[in-house]
Parts: sequence; C-alpha cells; structure tokens
Amino acid sequence: MKKAIVIFFLAVFGYFMAITFLSPEFEADRNRNGVKDFYLEKTVSDLKTANTVTAIVVNFRGFDTLGEVTVLFLAATALGSILFKKRHHIGERTVLYPASTIVGSGAKLIFPAIILLGAYVFIHGHLTPGGGFQGGTIIATGFLLMLISYRNFSISHNILSVIESLAGILFVVFGFMGLIYGGSFLENFMGTGILNDLFSGGVIPVIYILVGFKVAAELTGLIYTILHEKG
Amino acid sequence: MEYLLFTIGFLLLVLIGAALYAVYQKDLLYAVIATGVISLALTGLFLVLQAPDVALTEAAIGVALTTIIFIITIRNTVRFEDEKDKKMKH
Repeated sequence: MKKAIVIFFLAVFGYFMAITFLSPEFEADRNRNGVKDFYLEKTVSDLKTANTVTAIVVNFRGFDTLGEVTVLFLAATALGSILFKKRHHIGERTVLYPASTIVGSGAKLIFPAIILLGAYVFIHGHLTPGGGFQGGTIIATGFLLMLISYRNFSISHNILSVIESLAGILFVVFGFMGLIYGGSFLENFMGTGILNDLFSGGVIPVIYILVGFKVAAELTGLIYTILHEKG
Repeated sequence: MEYLLFTIGFLLLVLIGAALYAVYQKDLLYAVIATGVISLALTGLFLVLQAPDVALTEAAIGVALTTIIFIITIRNTVRFEDEKDKKMKH
C-alpha cells in the first residue's frame, strides 16, 4: 500500500517534470518573453559591471542575497549554540596523530596564497567569475588547512563575531543608504565608473567585500566549533 | 564540438560511477571521499558548460568544506556502521 502511494506520487511528479522539460523544443528560444535581455543590456549600459551574474545577485536581486546571508548566519549560530555547552568543559582539542613536518611546512607555505586568492575572488567579484560567497569559502578553507595542520592554532571567537556582525550591519546600512539616496532598498546610489575598472559598478564591489568577510568569518567559526567538539 | 561532448560524457560517467561507489561502499570514509569525487566531476561539468561562478562555489564548498566536515564527523563517531563490516575489512 505504502509503496503504491509512493509510486503514484513519484509518477505525478515525474509527469510534471517531463512536461516542463519537453514543452519547449530543444534549442528553441525559450526566453523570448523573459527578462534575459533586460539583465544583459542593463548590466553593461547602466551598472557598468562586467559580470552579469554578480550584477543580478547583488543589485537586481540584492534582497535575496541579504536573505541568504541571514540564513547562513542563523545556521552558524544554531550550531554554535548546540555545541557550546560541551565546549565549556573541554577546551583542548583531541588529535589521533599530530601532523607531520611536511604537512605543517606545506600548510604554512600555502596559507597566505589561499587567503590572497580568496580576497582576489571577492574583490574582483564584479569583473571575473566568483564573488563574496566563493571568496569567503576559499578563505575559510585556508583557515581549515591551518587548523588541521597545527594542533594549537587558535582563532578568537570574539574577533570572528565582531567581523561577522560588523559586515552584516554594514550590508543593511548600505541597503538603507540606497533607500535614502536612490529611492529603493539596496539601490545602486554610488557612481558606476568605467566598465572593466576595479572601481566600477557602484555599490556592488562594496557589498561583495562585506559578504566575503561575513561568509569567511561564519564558516571559519563553524569549522572551529566542530573541530573542538569532542566525540 | 565532438571533443566537448566527449568531455561531458566522461565527466558524467565519473560522476555516476563515484555516486554508485559511495552508495555501495561499507567503509564510510571511502564513501565520503567518493562524494568529494562527485563534487570534483560536477565542478568540471559546470566549467565545461560555461558556468564558472557555480564551478567556483562547487569547488570551494563541495570538494573542500563538505568533505572535511564529514571526515571530522566520522572521526568523532564511527567509521563502520556494522561490526560485521569492520571484521570483513581486516
């Protein structure tokens, strides 16, 4: 009985999925009446941003990005609050095997390069592929490398939460400044500059740098919390 | 064009193979590494299909962070679901 119900619902779901994918002909212009052309034109002519994806994520759909950042913040906070009690009693991390000299030296050598790559990715988010989320994650990966290579590598939780909160507050402040000077929340109120310049796109690089800092701080804190939890 | 199709087909084969391996593997550590391989193949696929933004996200989150978080979890819990599997391994 249960199986029959499951199969029935799967069949209904599959039918509608198939309809969605089969209705437009393959290689047909399925966005004729969509917003594609609007985005592609406005990105270059109005915003002077080279990367269309960034322009959509930060400017046209900036409010969604604020929501995503909030979701990430809530997830990190929830994890921290669940593991906080246990962390009180332990403090020291347990390691099965200490990392070898090769791993330690290699991590020290490559750590600044990873941080630089992450910073590059989120500072150049409006010019090249990537942006705040990607750059922040790359930076968190660098900290993860140091954490698993050195047993007593420690990061201050207070500094992390200050960076995180400051970036989040500044994001909302920039949104409200758009409301005051431009007329709508997260409106691009700064000068857009010249296409393909580092200082172009108005508010987009500023917001992506803030998002980068926020994501990096959140993910680093998350990994730190998990690593210091004793099983 | 043919070269592109060949690349996509190869990446899809790797992806499906790694996914099946992750499902049927009893050793959870090996299964987690296989999920990392899935993410790697997916990164290549996104890159070939001209979505570098998504490829960058997948590379950072899928390959590095998720894999490491799962490995930390395995270290804090158990590597084998069953005692029987553990004996078969050794």
